[in-house]
Amino acid sequence: MNVIEVEGLRKEFKSYSSRSGLKGAFRDLFTRNYKTLRAVDDISLHVKQGEMVGYIGENGAGKSTTIKMLTGILTPTAGNVTVNGMNPHKEREKFVRTIGVVFGQRSQLWWDIAVQESFRLLKKVYKVSDEEYETHMKEVIRTLEIEPLLDKPVRKLSLGQRMRCELAAALIHNPPLLFLDEPTIGLDVLVKMKIRGFLKEINRKYKTTILLTTHDLADIEALCDRVVLLDEGKIIYDGRLDELQKNWVEGKQVHFEFQHPVDKPALEEISREYPVIWRQGERVNQWVATIDGEDDTVSKLMSVVMLHHAISDVKLNKVSTEEIIRNIYEEGIKHG
Amino acid sequence: MGNFSMYVEMIRIRFLMMLAYRTNYYSGILIYSINIGAYYFLWQAIYGTQESIQGMSVSQMTTYVAIAWMARAFYFNNIDREISQEIQDGKVAVEMIRPYHYLGVKTMQGLGEGLFRLLFFSVPGMIIIWLAFPIDFSNQWSVWALFFLSIIFSFIVNTQLNLITGILTFFLMYNTGLIRAKRVVIDLFSGLLLPISFYPLWAQDVMGYLPFQAISYIPSMIFTGGFVGSEIYSAIGIQIFWSVLLIIPIQALWMLAKRQLIVQGG
Ligand SMILES: Nc1ncnc2c1ncn2[C@@H]1O[C@H](COP(=O)(O)OP(=O)(O)OP(=O)(O)O)[C@@H](O)[C@H]1O
Ligand SMILES: [Mg+2]
Repeated sequence: MNVIEVEGLRKEFKSYSSRSGLKGAFRDLFTRNYKTLRAVDDISLHVKQGEMVGYIGENGAGKSTTIKMLTGILTPTAGNVTVNGMNPHKEREKFVRTIGVVFGQRSQLWWDIAVQESFRLLKKVYKVSDEEYETHMKEVIRTLEIEPLLDKPVRKLSLGQRMRCELAAALIHNPPLLFLDEPTIGLDVLVKMKIRGFLKEINRKYKTTILLTTHDLADIEALCDRVVLLDEGKIIYDGRLDELQKNWVEGKQVHFEFQHPVDKPALEEISREYPVIWRQGERVNQWVATIDGEDDTVSKLMSVVMLHHAISDVKLNKVSTEEIIRNIYEEGIKHG
Repeated sequence: MGNFSMYVEMIRIRFLMMLAYRTNYYSGILIYSINIGAYYFLWQAIYGTQESIQGMSVSQMTTYVAIAWMARAFYFNNIDREISQEIQDGKVAVEMIRPYHYLGVKTMQGLGEGLFRLLFFSVPGMIIIWLAFPIDFSNQWSVWALFFLSIIFSFIVNTQLNLITGILTFFLMYNTGLIRAKRVVIDLFSGLLLPISFYPLWAQDVMGYLPFQAISYIPSMIFTGGFVGSEIYSAIGIQIFWSVLLIIPIQALWMLAKRQLIVQGG
């Protein structure tokens, strides 16, 4: 049985625009101009128990909106949602006992009281017995290393400290399904790794299903076998991460750092014979060439470029996932 | 309701939060003392040499003022402003992922606040006032019992009005004005500043149809002995009536509000 069953899910937001001037304001009183925005556009999604799914997409793609509908916070405009065998809206109180949610951008702990007081309250809220709490939460607290933070009020914690506590709080009732909306936002590498390790551990131990959104693809690489790629409210890819890598440009990337400014037409001109795409790099005078082909072509391209322009540095890389995703965001998935 | 220990926990947490913000609490004591003192001298001046006005003696009046303010410490809470704030920053929506009734939780937080002030504020405050001013405390335990029963309903009615004002934020988005207006209306029409029997007759008639007198006038009149015998029971009957009736608009507004639920950002 699927833990998440979504069919034709859609969410539209109406946004009102106000007319200008006094006359406009007066007209707004009677008829208002509004635009409808489809934040989530007819998506269908099935997730099995124990899966870890990475839900990615550009800013504003509709990831958070989807999660809010799956958790019962927002009502869908159209479509069917069944999560843990329930309709999140119809059976709200029963349903929310079976899920855990973390919104990286929004704290769910009580701001002014010590973390452990929040935990104690949540333990009561979810009717967790003392034994369950002892065995399960002790473990969580140990793995996330939040023991020393427990007696501090949430407002005094750093972002990374707070996020670990949020994660622990979402797991108090040991839910079989976990929604994480940007759980690693703004965290340093060590905390990120700690959180990844922890998620892997609970997934292995309890077969917890996890749906997570992130802008850090390293999270996805470390955790998720499956990615769902969302673009303007539509799912444009749903499958294995390594398939995505394989289907996309299988090739190499050469980073050239030139000694003098160079422009794109000039580079394209000299490399006409090769299957190469040029892109401005992050640094000044840095250009990145993505080549689809044999090693031989790569070395030929390099020698051609060096022949025409003085360079200060060259680097040869495999195309990273980050690069692939960036290309998809920029150009869509038309490439086969 | 079902989950009793959870609500107890909510009350406990609100206690802790009140303790964390003790300074508010000290300034509260000061404001209440100033109010009681000012009204005491005001009434002294108004009474002058008269024995009684509208059937109330000057010492009954002093007691009325003191007890009305002390009861206010218990029934008063800021949950209207809290709800409004939580609606505006989208926190209410996130509360939907918790297996409890949001309004129930808010009510319990209000109760936690009320109990805190009753214990750490009204009780010591009452002793000080008793030493400073000539106040009649009833020696009948039944009056005390009925008074406490009555302020429970004061709390319920006042909190219900706060819930309604808070939920209205869903439809108004900015309702600080409404919240302030409601506070003034309650202080005026509940009998906190002036017993209802002092208003002109037509105003008394109007107020008879409004829930505000259930908040302050009724418990204060019970305590000062302004109501006796069957008057007490019909007064508490009025409080019960409003406590039940106000459930209807709250439920209706909440159902409508949930449909409007929108989460900002994230
Ligand atoms: N309450 C709202 N009212 C109107 N429009 C909204 C609302 N919430 C979201 N939107 C719009 O819906 C679209 C999707 O937003 P959503 O928050 O789901 O994006 P996201 O994929 O989570 O982006 P990010 O990566 O930036 O968090 C955006 O265009 C956003 O402007
Ligand atoms: Mg988002």
